[in-house]
Amino acid sequence: MINHSSILICLAMIVLSPLLPGIINKTKAFFGGRQGPPVLQLYFDIAKLLRKTSVYSETTTAITRIAPFVILFSTLAAALLVPVAFRSASISFSGDIILLAYLLGIGRFFMVLAALDTGSAFEGMGAAREVLYSALAEPALFCGLLVLINETSQTSLSAIYEKLTAECWWQNPMTFLLIAVSWTIVLLVENARIPIDDPNTHLELTMIHEVMILDYSSKDLAIIEFAGAVKLAVFSSLLVGLIFSGNELSLPLQLLAFTAAMTLVAMIVGVVESTIARFRLLHVPKFIVGSGALAIIALILKLSGN
Amino acid sequence: MNGIATLLAITCLLLLGSSRILVSIRMVAFQGVLLGLLPLFVSGTGHIGVSALILTVTNIGLKSILLPWLLTRALFASGARREIEPFIGFGTSILSGVFLLAVSGYIVNRLQSTAAISSSITLIAGFFMVFSGLFLLITRRKALTQTLGFLVLENGVFTTGLSLGSEFSVYVELGILLDVFVGIFLMGIMLFHIDREFDHLDVDRFNELSDLAVDVVSNEEASE
Repeated sequence: MINHSSILICLAMIVLSPLLPGIINKTKAFFGGRQGPPVLQLYFDIAKLLRKTSVYSETTTAITRIAPFVILFSTLAAALLVPVAFRSASISFSGDIILLAYLLGIGRFFMVLAALDTGSAFEGMGAAREVLYSALAEPALFCGLLVLINETSQTSLSAIYEKLTAECWWQNPMTFLLIAVSWTIVLLVENARIPIDDPNTHLELTMIHEVMILDYSSKDLAIIEFAGAVKLAVFSSLLVGLIFSGNELSLPLQLLAFTAAMTLVAMIVGVVESTIARFRLLHVPKFIVGSGALAIIALILKLSGN
Repeated sequence: MNGIATLLAITCLLLLGSSRILVSIRMVAFQGVLLGLLPLFVSGTGHIGVSALILTVTNIGLKSILLPWLLTRALFASGARREIEPFIGFGTSILSGVFLLAVSGYIVNRLQSTAAISSSITLIAGFFMVFSGLFLLITRRKALTQTLGFLVLENGVFTTGLSLGSEFSVYVELGILLDVFVGIFLMGIMLFHIDREFDHLDVDRFNELSDLAVDVVSNEEASE
């Protein structure tokens, strides 16, 4: 089912998504007592990168050239599948979240391929970590989804979120709290935020996401950075849809509420990043498996029917 | 009630994943508080019986104040390394924990047809605590962490008992609590003596006394 009015909102979200990292950085700067980079910094970065010419390593093949586009378009397609502004998604059908997860998976797959393609040992390490962590984070996403499907007896993401109201939260507060926490962790994992990976670090031994894009420059890097911001927006809107419901509001109010909620999610991520130190690499899998465990507890809670 | 059961299950998972003994002890203490609150909710809101109140007070006093204090003392007195050295890594432990959780869910699901269960989630949490207590007993190397495993196991038995019978006898529970207290007390004393005798609490190295373990000693010397 195609919802034409949502496409425009979705496009707006995609265009505005580089604001989210800006808000996160502002929050972090606030906690650090600094002024911090402007909220629009990512736009400036992208504009700067787009003016430069690309440099490719001689050892790379065509994969390195096409990977940024695959990453960008798979992420954009994923953005079309999430419900935005409490309305149904631009495209929705039964089981669309599986496509959503695997579209993001394709993007990740190509990023890993491109990282391996450069032949750098560090990028191979980052790729291995990225694959491990996302494989561990996937059960958390899907177990949470199973609970929601069980709760609403709907199979498309838009329909699920439409039926998910504050009432559901009141009936099973614990279940939904667990899912919300576990999806927040998934958001942090998938977007390489701080307890898992530090977006600011440039020490090859501990980087995960950043190390995989070390060999990219100029336009390709701009594309990847932009895709990363869109991915953050996709996960944030999933979380917003889970926590807030605003089906009955009028369109301007919905837009306003959605913007506020997205800002809130970004600020929460910023607070998490400012208050929690990055985990040692050995402890990260433990943390991610823990998020999956939370989702499974939620599933058991739901299935055993109180 | 469901909330408490969920929190109990989460503390178990945290126990499986935590790498510091002190954190584990605090986690068990927190579990004791949750466990103490449980009898208050079992009898239903509104009327809180005297027996439930007694259970609550003794539970919290014993399991979350006295025993953790004892174990913390044993930890500091023994001067053992504060890290847990498991046979099975923490990530694998948590994964096994999730598996055990699923198993206990399955068991309770099968039980449901044969017995009347007041709260299946509490029962699942109880089974899960028993399993993870056993798991901790098996997979941890230090005598102190094994004591913690035993405590978790006992907590699990308590939870299971509470969720199965609406009529719990306060005397039986108090008797069990006394047993546990004496058990942990003895364990604490023994830990202290073991530590004095052998300079460590590593259960894996206790087979020095048996005939088999000649190479263990040489390994130890090599590592030191």
